[in-house]
Amino acid sequence: MSLPLVVLLPFLGAIAAPLFAQGGRTAIAIASSVPALIALAALFPHWPVLAAGGTVLHSYEWLPVLGLSFSFRLDGLALLFALLILIIGLLIILYAHYYLKAKENVAKFYSLLLCFKGSMLGIVLSGNLLLMLIFWELTSLTSFLLISFWTHKQDARRGARMALAVTGGGGLALLAGILLIGNIAGSFELDDVLAAGDQIKAHALYPVALTLVLLGAFTKSAQFPFHFWLPHAMQAPTPISAYLHSATMVKAGIFLMARLYPALAGTEQWFYMVSFTGMATLLLGAYIAMFKHDLKGLLAYSTVSHLGLITLLLGMGTQLAAVAALFHVINHATFKASLFMAAGIIDHETGTRDMRRINGLWRYMPHTATLAMVAASSMAGVPLLNGFLSKEMFFAESLQLNLPGLWAWLPPIVATLAGIFAVAYSARFIHDVFFNGKPVDLPKYPPHEPPRYMKIPVEILVFACIMVGVFPAVSVGPLLYAAASATLGGNVPDYQLAVIHGFNLPLLMSFMAFFGGLLMYSQRKRFFAFHARFREIDEKAVFEALVSKIVSLANRFTGWVENGSLQRYAMLLVLSVIAVTALPLADNGIYVGENGLSPADWPTAIAAGVLIIAALATVVWHRERFFALILLSVVGLIVALAFARFSAPDLAMTQLSVEVVTIVLLMLALYYMPSWTPMESSGTQRIRDILIALAAGTGMTLITLTMLTQPFSTISAFFLENSKPGGGGTNVVNVILVDFRGFDTLGEITVLAIAALGIYSMLKNTALTPPPGDGLGHAWTRDQYPLMLRQIARPMLPLALLVSAYIFLRGHNLPGGGFIAGLITSVALILQYIASGMIWTQDRIPFRYHNVIGLGLLFATVAGAGSLAFGYPFLTTAFGYITWPVVGKFEVASALVFDLGVYLAVIGATLLALVSIGRLSPHSAIKSQKEGV
Amino acid sequence: MELLFALVIGALTASGVYLLLRARTFPVVMGLTLLSYGVNLFLFATGRLATGQQPVIGTAANYTDPLPQALVLTAIVIGFAMTAFLVVLALRNLADNENDHVDGQQENTSPASKQEQEVTSK
Repeated sequence: MSLPLVVLLPFLGAIAAPLFAQGGRTAIAIASSVPALIALAALFPHWPVLAAGGTVLHSYEWLPVLGLSFSFRLDGLALLFALLILIIGLLIILYAHYYLKAKENVAKFYSLLLCFKGSMLGIVLSGNLLLMLIFWELTSLTSFLLISFWTHKQDARRGARMALAVTGGGGLALLAGILLIGNIAGSFELDDVLAAGDQIKAHALYPVALTLVLLGAFTKSAQFPFHFWLPHAMQAPTPISAYLHSATMVKAGIFLMARLYPALAGTEQWFYMVSFTGMATLLLGAYIAMFKHDLKGLLAYSTVSHLGLITLLLGMGTQLAAVAALFHVINHATFKASLFMAAGIIDHETGTRDMRRINGLWRYMPHTATLAMVAASSMAGVPLLNGFLSKEMFFAESLQLNLPGLWAWLPPIVATLAGIFAVAYSARFIHDVFFNGKPVDLPKYPPHEPPRYMKIPVEILVFACIMVGVFPAVSVGPLLYAAASATLGGNVPDYQLAVIHGFNLPLLMSFMAFFGGLLMYSQRKRFFAFHARFREIDEKAVFEALVSKIVSLANRFTGWVENGSLQRYAMLLVLSVIAVTALPLADNGIYVGENGLSPADWPTAIAAGVLIIAALATVVWHRERFFALILLSVVGLIVALAFARFSAPDLAMTQLSVEVVTIVLLMLALYYMPSWTPMESSGTQRIRDILIALAAGTGMTLITLTMLTQPFSTISAFFLENSKPGGGGTNVVNVILVDFRGFDTLGEITVLAIAALGIYSMLKNTALTPPPGDGLGHAWTRDQYPLMLRQIARPMLPLALLVSAYIFLRGHNLPGGGFIAGLITSVALILQYIASGMIWTQDRIPFRYHNVIGLGLLFATVAGAGSLAFGYPFLTTAFGYITWPVVGKFEVASALVFDLGVYLAVIGATLLALVSIGRLSPHSAIKSQKEGV
Repeated sequence: MELLFALVIGALTASGVYLLLRARTFPVVMGLTLLSYGVNLFLFATGRLATGQQPVIGTAANYTDPLPQALVLTAIVIGFAMTAFLVVLALRNLADNENDHVDGQQENTSPASKQEQEVTSK
């Protein structure tokens, strides 16, 4: 339990910390320290196991199907990094307490810092690669928020965005790499992956996987050519920079390489990719650092350079080099964190970080100066300090590389050259800032020492630099051994941590670097002049230009795909449907199935011919809308006949009544619309559409033909058998609707109701003036409500209602039912509106259609829920027989109540829709609003 | 018979799709109506073509598959509801934009100017 707790605590702290903001800055700083203190205490008991080279694993299942588990694993390497993260994190909190100004949002600061800390701990303690990746992405996100902490600064926002883009992009590559590795190794558990090293390296996809993983590591650890984000991330408050760029964020990439060292390292590809990237980064960072006038800029490029050094060591592939790499991780973290803090103090006390202005501070702050000078000496590699030890190991290893011919000289030369630059920029940090004349035009004058406690974190770190430098074996020996053992899979080479290994080539290189660096610094004016001849590339400008280029490309693409034309979308939709359907069709083939074709009879053939002609004629004359509408109704009527012809009387009746309502609806719409369509499409466009339409039509013909000639099996035997005994009705279609699939029907009438209410609300406050005539010069007829029609329509109503009642009642046993009866009633009512007008009819209808819909849904639901009261599932039918005088024996089923609901809902929905449209014209609207339709 | 039925569905689909691709709302509504005839017939045909086998117990010797019929019955009614909704959308478009183009604008105006229209109308 203790390992997940270590990771979880900082996140809990992040939630809790803002609560302490009320208690003042000291309270929140103390509260923020608690998670780290508990975590340290939780890690401590594991030390004996780790010192012996063992691991601690706490694993919980999460998504076993994906190979993802909450698996936390502690070994020497993880411990080394966890200690750096926790201890330096604590010092940062203390330091930030004095660094942050009173008006700063400390709650946000500590909260984000703790989130970041938790994410980092998650990376180093993950025992599952996928879990590690989650934390990896979390560090990208939280560091983005930390770098942009001062959100009012544009540079901070841009720097943060750049960091996020680079590290986030690397995270994607890493994801791909991890998936490949997991696939090869058969598991994402770290133990399995590390054990499968040979298998991974022998696999054909190893080069791809390695490249992807290294992309992730290089972007995170700011390796050339991805190094540019790191200096721009210096816009963060200095405590953040000190934390992110010494011990944590940028070390995550290093950690990843060390973590996967047994699984990936030891091949030629690893050697060339990692060591040459490291070499380039080492040299470039050290060179640029020398020319930076900004204190933090110098430290940033020096960080880049040191990360390159560690990468180079890891890339060399020898065991001793790996030990040296880990050693330098510790040393760099200690001296770089203290230097960043010192730079922050100087910035804090002088108001600037420009080394051309801050000179001669020794006189004003000797204490800080001493600390900074010791740390900078360690960075330069001065003996008796920790930086010297790992640099000596680095020099020694650079001589051991077996490169062919003259290439063998490259690593030691690069190493020495980088050493010279490092001494030069360290000397600049010391001499320029603390000596070299007097301060020039400082914003805060005179500078003085910072608060006593602000220096404590720096003192602790500098003390560590000296301790490790003088007593390396005692101070970090065991920890380093445990970490190396974990990295190298137990094969730790013999090495000695001693201050001096005797007079040898590495020591000579150190001397060359030291005096060469001092010489270079003394001649700095010439180098500056030399450097000034080159135009410096502003990475941020390049990056911003790239981003805006991508954005404009994306915009153009979106504009091309989504140009706002629904007509085009419809075409693309149809085309995609054709494409998606064509693929499986091409696979399965189109053929006449084994059932074969049956002969057609003449009446059917003629009807089909008329239908096809009417459909095509609708298209041909679609510009003349009234005529096309009449042709359309011919199509609909023949469809109804087709249903009757092929044994579907219910469908025929439904289609027939819907057809009437639909045509009335379209007629009504046409009253407001232009009655003809202008010719707009170009010839090519029409030909294109015809081709699309023909493709769709041909496709449907072939699919239908293939389907109709296949043998098939159906589940309907159940319905046919149980319709009478179980549902109490002989009309199986109706029993399916109101009983077997009653819940579907309930859903469908609900949709119907929603559509009608949607229509009502869409037209509620809309008025449309119909055009004065049909657009071709004919005025509307003056006889709005023809006498004959009126006289016939009125007596039709009771007759039609009687018919619909009959159709409704018999529906359970013979063709009919709620849907059909409802439509017939609707048609009868609509006829009244047509014949006698909106106002006349509305006056005589005493209810609102909304209520009819509501009542219908209520009936249907209550009929369904009634069965619940008797302990049956929702919508179970009960039926019995009663005998009425005159009518005779009569069946009553609870399904009848349900069907009544359907009937009412259909009437309400249909009429509400049509009346809403009819009400649109101004003169009928006045009246009906008063009525409250 | 099967061939004839397939041709009917093909003709309905082709006519429907062509009208669907027109620029004015009314032909599009008609196209969708034709298309839904085709779709309903197709769904209905999944129960195969049978003569004189209506699924009413006691009226025939064999019964055709009632399930597609039940599905299509509700599909017809819902199809009507959707047609009505679409017609009303078209009417609302006519009321708001004063034309019946599916894109809410006349031909030969760019999407950019349409956005401006929207902005000004708000």
